[in-house]
Amino acid sequence: MTPSEAAELRSRAHRVRELIVDMCANPEGGHLGGSMSMAEILVTLYHGVLNLDPAHPDAPDRDLLLLSKGHGAIGLYAALAERGFFPEELLATYNRPDSSLTAHPNPAVPGVELATGSLGHGLCVGVGLALDMKLTGSDRRCFVVTGDGELQEGSVWEAAMAAATHRLDRLTVVVDRNELQITGSTEDSAALEPLADRWRAFGWHTIEVPGHDTARLAEAFRGAPYAPGTPTAVICRTVKGKGLPYIEGQARSHFARLAGRAHKRAAAVLRAQAKRSEQPV
Amino acid sequence: MTGPEPLPAPRAGREVYRDTIARLLGKDDRLVCLDSDTGLFTPVDWGADADRYINLGIAEQNLMGAAAGLARAGRIPYVNTMATFASTRAVEAVKLDIALPGLPVRIAATHSGLSAGHLGATHHSLEDLAVMRLLPNMTVLAPADAAATEELVRASVDLPGPVYLRLGRGATPDLPADLPPLRIGEAQRLREGGDVTLIATGPYPVLAALEAADTLATEGVGAGVLNMHTVKPLDTEAVCAAAAATGHLVTVEEHWAVGGLGSAVAETVTGEGVPCRVSRIAVPDHFAAGHGGQRHLLLRNGITAEAIVEASRNSPSRRQFK
Repeated sequence: MTPSEAAELRSRAHRVRELIVDMCANPEGGHLGGSMSMAEILVTLYHGVLNLDPAHPDAPDRDLLLLSKGHGAIGLYAALAERGFFPEELLATYNRPDSSLTAHPNPAVPGVELATGSLGHGLCVGVGLALDMKLTGSDRRCFVVTGDGELQEGSVWEAAMAAATHRLDRLTVVVDRNELQITGSTEDSAALEPLADRWRAFGWHTIEVPGHDTARLAEAFRGAPYAPGTPTAVICRTVKGKGLPYIEGQARSHFARLAGRAHKRAAAVLRAQAKRSEQPV
Repeated sequence: MTGPEPLPAPRAGREVYRDTIARLLGKDDRLVCLDSDTGLFTPVDWGADADRYINLGIAEQNLMGAAAGLARAGRIPYVNTMATFASTRAVEAVKLDIALPGLPVRIAATHSGLSAGHLGATHHSLEDLAVMRLLPNMTVLAPADAAATEELVRASVDLPGPVYLRLGRGATPDLPADLPPLRIGEAQRLREGGDVTLIATGPYPVLAALEAADTLATEGVGAGVLNMHTVKPLDTEAVCAAAAATGHLVTVEEHWAVGGLGSAVAETVTGEGVPCRVSRIAVPDHFAAGHGGQRHLLLRNGITAEAIVEASRNSPSRRQFK
């Protein structure tokens, strides 16, 4: 990936963060922290990796992105709008009565593959999709984006065992490793570390990358599969609430209602960051 | 020594299912057989179709999710596990991954009801009809013998949406020959009778209903018998017609009384406003009493022809509503 491509992805991730912050201004609020942490992951996949066409969201040969951490819906909606699946204006309807933009991903929205929200479902469905890819000899790919707290669900590891056993190399799991769940560190409730070793022990080719570095993310995603018959795990080290320094790395960023001054503050902070990044180095 | 050919031994529903699906797989590339290490398929030689028999191990949540993924890709997965694991352990995956998008996954649920017998409460499935009929988009089928099992398995291939196939563990006797045709969604009328209607689902309940109808006939009570092989969508027309004609419905099922066929029938007649009495022959609201094989447990828990006869005779409400 060229430096200019990486910069373009950074700028898209920035736009996605602005859209996320705007959606959190609705009266019901939104899952802010975990949406902000995966902005680079989603734009890198949608703009730099996946073979898909927003004009034909159901094309049978498309690559698949399943957002298993369904509470990241606003991050997904923002990324889909940025990719051109639907106009940005639709985002303003988020959480309004009878809007298609529900607080967890709604498959009626173009580009949304799966209704998620209950954690631990996406990788199992990904196993089935990858089994079909194996049966048909397809070179499509399936990326399943999970949270890290989500990995406490046992079903994830049922799927992990099956994917390695059945040699599902079209399948990649992307872990948004922001280290936090609702009450605090993942290591305080049901510890995940050493996380990379765990995926390796389950038979997955495992890579750890800085999760806000679009060039490194693209390199990791594009390289899959790394070994014939081996599924890939990309553990992305991210910061929950990334982009808003006053909530970064804090569990309280998990859910927020950014009304009035709170929204103005967040939007201003993001604007200032954009200005700084535009200045020549 | 010559003599008449011995009758073929009765076959277990799950084995009939296994043999049927093994044959169908060879004819239809869309079909995939997903196993959870049940051991049911050990005798099968899949030949050229071996890649479409996939054992995902003892992991029923992933089993259901993976089935959903295959169905999304255009396959028709037949998923194999025990009834209680499908309907309790894996039910969230069934609800969200399969029923919500209405995917054509077929859940072949063996060891249903009390058919796991000696294996005990962990393997009995007295809740599955209630759980599965609760789910929107789900079709719930419960064949009563080997022939019906084969027929319903074949018919299930092209049904829209998900299907739950309720199968037993061991062999059960065949129903009498020359029955009316089996149509999904339509009650199969096995007997006519104007005094009471017995509505049964599954092998032993249907057999018990037929035996009870014979006994009642000797007492001058005309008992109609409906084989409700499709629990969802329920044949509400047949239920209401029977309620209107006889004023007394006796439901029979190898299931808890709460939520199963009897509940579905009661919901129907009250919803439609057909005055009648509904007596439910089912396992009462407790874990199955006793220990032993399927027939012993049915006896211990009151799923018997005698119980049906008792519920059917001397019903004041029957006279009252007629």
